[in-house]
Amino acid sequence: MSGGDRKGERDWEEGTPVPLYVVTGGRTEAEDAQVLDLVTLIVARSEPRPGMRPEHVSILRMCANPLSVAEVSAYLDLPFSAVHVLLADLLAESLVEARQTRTAHVTAAVEPDVEILKALIDGLQRL
Amino acid sequence: MDYNDSELPLGPRREDLLPTSTERSVKVVVVGGFGVGKTTMVRSVSEIRPLTTEETMTQAGVGVDDLFGVERKTETTVAMDFGRITLDDRLVLYLFGTPGQQRFWFLWNGVIAGALGAVVLVDTRRLEDGFPAMDRLEQGGVPFVVAVNNFPDAPVYPASDLRAALDLPDHVPLVDCDARRLDSGRDVLLTLMRHLYDSATATSEAP
Repeated sequence: MSGGDRKGERDWEEGTPVPLYVVTGGRTEAEDAQVLDLVTLIVARSEPRPGMRPEHVSILRMCANPLSVAEVSAYLDLPFSAVHVLLADLLAESLVEARQTRTAHVTAAVEPDVEILKALIDGLQRL
Repeated sequence: MDYNDSELPLGPRREDLLPTSTERSVKVVVVGGFGVGKTTMVRSVSEIRPLTTEETMTQAGVGVDDLFGVERKTETTVAMDFGRITLDDRLVLYLFGTPGQQRFWFLWNGVIAGALGAVVLVDTRRLEDGFPAMDRLEQGGVPFVVAVNNFPDAPVYPASDLRAALDLPDHVPLVDCDARRLDSGRDVLLTLMRHLYDSATATSEAP
């Protein structure tokens, strides 16, 4: 892997690092690990509410437009297993919507949708 | 309760927002040995500045033989760079640069599961670096193409020799590329998509 400037452009104060087990409430594995793929798109369905944990607020804000789980992980600077747990909370309360779950990806990979492949070819040709 | 006192732009820049109508995402993995140009390729074709997601091995490493019997957990963090290409107002492609070495395989299940396809990037000076990745993709049933990253100082071999050296079946496309160039990276992705398209249509037309 190449190193380089990982997220170096951000300059906000991160504050005291919070241990991951605090962020995830002690859970280490999301039940929804099978639901969420790295590229599942997350879309906020609600505004942040008072009393929410800061990570949930951040997710709701950054997902006003669709955003992949991987991007959420990158912007929060948290491993994707931790992000899975956080997103599972929000999904359970229907505060976010998940588009293209892991199951959908696995199904689509086993039997690719020809229309999607055409759209990929067309789109790449326009690059 | 500080949920509203922050103006921090945590999240994508305005110009990096996906259309609200985006509903389909596709995952492609660029895999290969150390220094073969995975991140370079991701960066060349990505419309956003490549981002990094990471995973620690404590959770995902459960069941890995090396850790069996080890009392204290070791934490290995592995970072993956990824980029994005928006195809249209519904469809977006994500490209993950994933280390091919066996010691990083704890990462793989989450990455190759559901991947539409993969690009195995190789360097003619170290072709063997591509073997573990190709084996693992075959096991996982992930279709792939092999792209030879043409480093200026790397020897050039005829395609037939490379195929033989890589033990590559005829149906797997083998292409040259320059991972630094957008058009070259795009052509590799197009080769992969046409390969997938041909396979999909051949299957559906079979009696």
